[in-house]
Amino acid sequence: MNPRTPKDAKAPPPAKSPEPKAPAKPDKQAVPADRADPLQHVRSPNRIFGPDPPGQRFEVIGKRLRKVDAAAKATGEAVYTDDIALPGMLHGKTLRSPYAHARIKKIDTSKAEALEGVYGVVTGAEMPTRFGVIPWTPDETALAVDKVRFVGDPVAAVAAVDEETALRALDLIEVDYELLPALFDPAEALRRKDVVIHEGNKHGNITKEVTLEFGDVEKAFAASDFLVEDDYEFHGTAHAPIETHVAVARYGADDVLTLWSATQIPHYVHRALASVLGIPAPRIRVIQPNLGGAFGGKSDPFSLEFCACKLAMKTRRPVKFLYTREEEFYAHRGRHPMRMHFKSGLTRDGKLTGVQSEILIDGGAYSSFGLVTTYYSGQLLTGPHTMPNYKFHSTRVFTNKPPCGPKRGHGSVQPRFALEIQLDRLAVLAGIDPIEVRRRNFQGSNTTTVNGQRITSNGFDQCLDQVEAASRWKTRHGKLGRGRGLGCAGSMYISGTNYCVYPNDMPQAGVQIKVDRSGLVTVFSGASDIGQGSNSVVAYIVAEELGMSVDDVRVVAADSDLCPVDLGAYSSRITFMVGNAAIHAARKIRDQVKEAVAQAWGIEPKRVALAGGYVFDLDDRDKSMETAKAFHLTEARFETLGATGSYNTPNLGGAYRGGTIGASPAYSFTACVAEVAVDEETGEIQVPHVWTSHDCGRALNPILVEGQIEGSAYMGFGEVFLEDHDVNRMGLHARPNLLDYTIPTSLDCPEFHASIVESLDPEGPYGAKEAGEGPLHPTIPAIANAIFDACGIWLTKLPFTPAKVLAALATARANLPARPSPNGKAR
Amino acid sequence: MSPDLNVLVLHINGADLSVAAPAHWTLLEVLRYRLGLTGSKQGCDKGDCGACTVMLDGKARLSCITLAADAVGHEVTTIEGLVTKDGLDDLQKTFDECGALQCGFCQPGMILAARACLDRRPDATRDEIKEALGSNLCRCTGYTKIFEAVERATRRGKAAGLGSRA
Repeated sequence: MNPRTPKDAKAPPPAKSPEPKAPAKPDKQAVPADRADPLQHVRSPNRIFGPDPPGQRFEVIGKRLRKVDAAAKATGEAVYTDDIALPGMLHGKTLRSPYAHARIKKIDTSKAEALEGVYGVVTGAEMPTRFGVIPWTPDETALAVDKVRFVGDPVAAVAAVDEETALRALDLIEVDYELLPALFDPAEALRRKDVVIHEGNKHGNITKEVTLEFGDVEKAFAASDFLVEDDYEFHGTAHAPIETHVAVARYGADDVLTLWSATQIPHYVHRALASVLGIPAPRIRVIQPNLGGAFGGKSDPFSLEFCACKLAMKTRRPVKFLYTREEEFYAHRGRHPMRMHFKSGLTRDGKLTGVQSEILIDGGAYSSFGLVTTYYSGQLLTGPHTMPNYKFHSTRVFTNKPPCGPKRGHGSVQPRFALEIQLDRLAVLAGIDPIEVRRRNFQGSNTTTVNGQRITSNGFDQCLDQVEAASRWKTRHGKLGRGRGLGCAGSMYISGTNYCVYPNDMPQAGVQIKVDRSGLVTVFSGASDIGQGSNSVVAYIVAEELGMSVDDVRVVAADSDLCPVDLGAYSSRITFMVGNAAIHAARKIRDQVKEAVAQAWGIEPKRVALAGGYVFDLDDRDKSMETAKAFHLTEARFETLGATGSYNTPNLGGAYRGGTIGASPAYSFTACVAEVAVDEETGEIQVPHVWTSHDCGRALNPILVEGQIEGSAYMGFGEVFLEDHDVNRMGLHARPNLLDYTIPTSLDCPEFHASIVESLDPEGPYGAKEAGEGPLHPTIPAIANAIFDACGIWLTKLPFTPAKVLAALATARANLPARPSPNGKAR
Repeated sequence: MSPDLNVLVLHINGADLSVAAPAHWTLLEVLRYRLGLTGSKQGCDKGDCGACTVMLDGKARLSCITLAADAVGHEVTTIEGLVTKDGLDDLQKTFDECGALQCGFCQPGMILAARACLDRRPDATRDEIKEALGSNLCRCTGYTKIFEAVERATRRGKAAGLGSRA
């Protein structure tokens, strides 16, 4: 195989006419049914509460509090999906394709069905409705219908009395395949017209192609004093949560289908189940129990969810599917491999003039979030450095590999890697310190990016200050001696996005509050706590608003029967959106309480305060009552106490097609400095320290924010050196287990130093923004830049293996332009 | 269908329990599927991730690659066994206090691995802690807060007058 660079890939005429410079043509895609009804086009309002505390000062917010579920998790009490065992429960197993690309000519399940202990078998023909998490690109089926598109593509499923019987039954299913040529290289997939992975796809193997230009990059480059132009490669990586995919379904005598699933998008799963299974959505209940890690890997509907449900319906018995670790790697949806060509310019005084990128994205076998990925690979790069001119051309293609999807820092971690290295290269050419060059291009608060994204709060400059001081940059950068170095990088990320996965005008997030006469407040939250602590955040907010102890607030979450809709744990949207929804709901109760108590005391409501479990008169501290008592008074004065709250984004984004994708109500910012030690004899690199400073707006609980920063930096570190999701020439996963797919252990990790910048956001809940994904981005280029500081080589192709390091050192010694390896291939 | 069942008497969390299970079942399978001790987690089922870690005679042991039959005659402690009538184990508290728990899935195994380490080395250093937890993968935390939690427990142990037994 002779991969062409994405630049070459431009040669054939673009499958889709390039997208226009803003403003753009109207969207020609079909209008979905629920948008077509003009009566529905009344958009839920955007509510802003501002960064101030509800009372005189914060009582709960900003404190280093415990998580509401931590004790249950520490004692093993917390119930995860695989801990659910229902009476009469069957165990499901999935038959997967051994071929990367083949037509299914015939499936015979009769022998499997005849096996003792087998209760049900299902094939794709029984669930032919296509789905996809992005409704514009429904190209998946629960089980393969006519074709398999990667090794591991699900073909049939069995429910049996136990796992061993189910596995024996899989062996008895006979599938006739007609082999087709398989495409593993994205450049080849782009070129080949004779092999089409999705028949009926309008543009061969292209999932999505986006070209957007803002300003004029050619002019910008002509006016630059320094230019750099390079190829970069980001490899595939997996989420590898410690809990694999697992689902339990029960079809009750009342014809209600209940699914417990390790998903981070219960609402989309709910919709997909109704559509694929052909049963009314009100007959379906989706519950997300405690979840053992996700990182984006559980944000598609997955085959096992449909199969568990279908088999539960067929057998009238509960069915559990638990993916093995190997299946987890095949289900994938991990980070997209990208081949990137970047060109950037800088003026003599260190101002970035323009950036141009050409990106080929390896999507694997299905679309998943690919439409969004393609946009994100360009749209999320326009801060925190002012970029006056910018052009990107991103093309995502199908290949016969496990499908890629959203992994922490979806779509933008890869181009960020390229951009931040280019910025350092330019800084070197201009003789400017790398941190200083970032300072000179700091875009500031309350600005608009070149692609029309509204930036509100922005503390990136303070992030730079923090990592500069913490790493003792000024005395150590460039001065650590041969083999040791420091490197810096910056980034931004979204706090949720304006772009709702399925277009609608309803709120993006909702909560409901019930007040009990015992004094307990129960919050029903649609949000998926995937370990990041969203249930805790909701509890802190409601406790703050009602002046209560967090212990007196209970959160019930992610149960479609009980909780209002939240769109899910993705795009770092939950704290911002669900947080605002929780304030909205709680403030209604708070206002009612103040009014009822004020009336009872014969004072103005503004004199009534709620804090520390009491309601009291601000002007007469002797006048007080317990909050529970105040609830009784309020209930008597008004009605049964309860409230709903919701959040919707304001209208954001550029006025061009795709302008809302990546348009966020607030952006987080991160600066990172990494320290490396390169062994030039062996090519091994140690990373003793990573300093990460993250602007998350107000830190609602600094412990949780630090945890997100450290975890992000950790995950980025793993991607640089250790992790590589790839397939061999037959399409078999190269390392589908946690021994060979090496995620960092306690012994591998650098010291992660997290610090927080609180640029209070005007629209976030109490000024908060996201913390879960942003801090990952700069880790990777910071390490690359540190390697240059250590030994003068630019590594541009991930992962950084000792072989690549040695090759780059040898090239550098031969005084040739630095290239990690001659053919760009490693391993 | 069901193979022959072995009847095993296992000593788990201070009690003798009789269990009938297929001869090839692992300790993890018996804990989760027969005894309802679901605090021990399955992350890989082949000894790579450490989520199934229990203590066998005080030593950290991967229950997914330990035959249940091999646990006979040994003292098995699971995460549920760390909770006594006096309350939670110090480590269960410090993991909570330090924010070492995110998704929580690796934590039962992690806490038991740490318990086994501290029982041997009550004043374990950061390097010894890292070494002791080297077989327990965590995908959320970057381990930083886990190390802090274990160190806090060592300090607490010291404050309570426990010296090193090593």
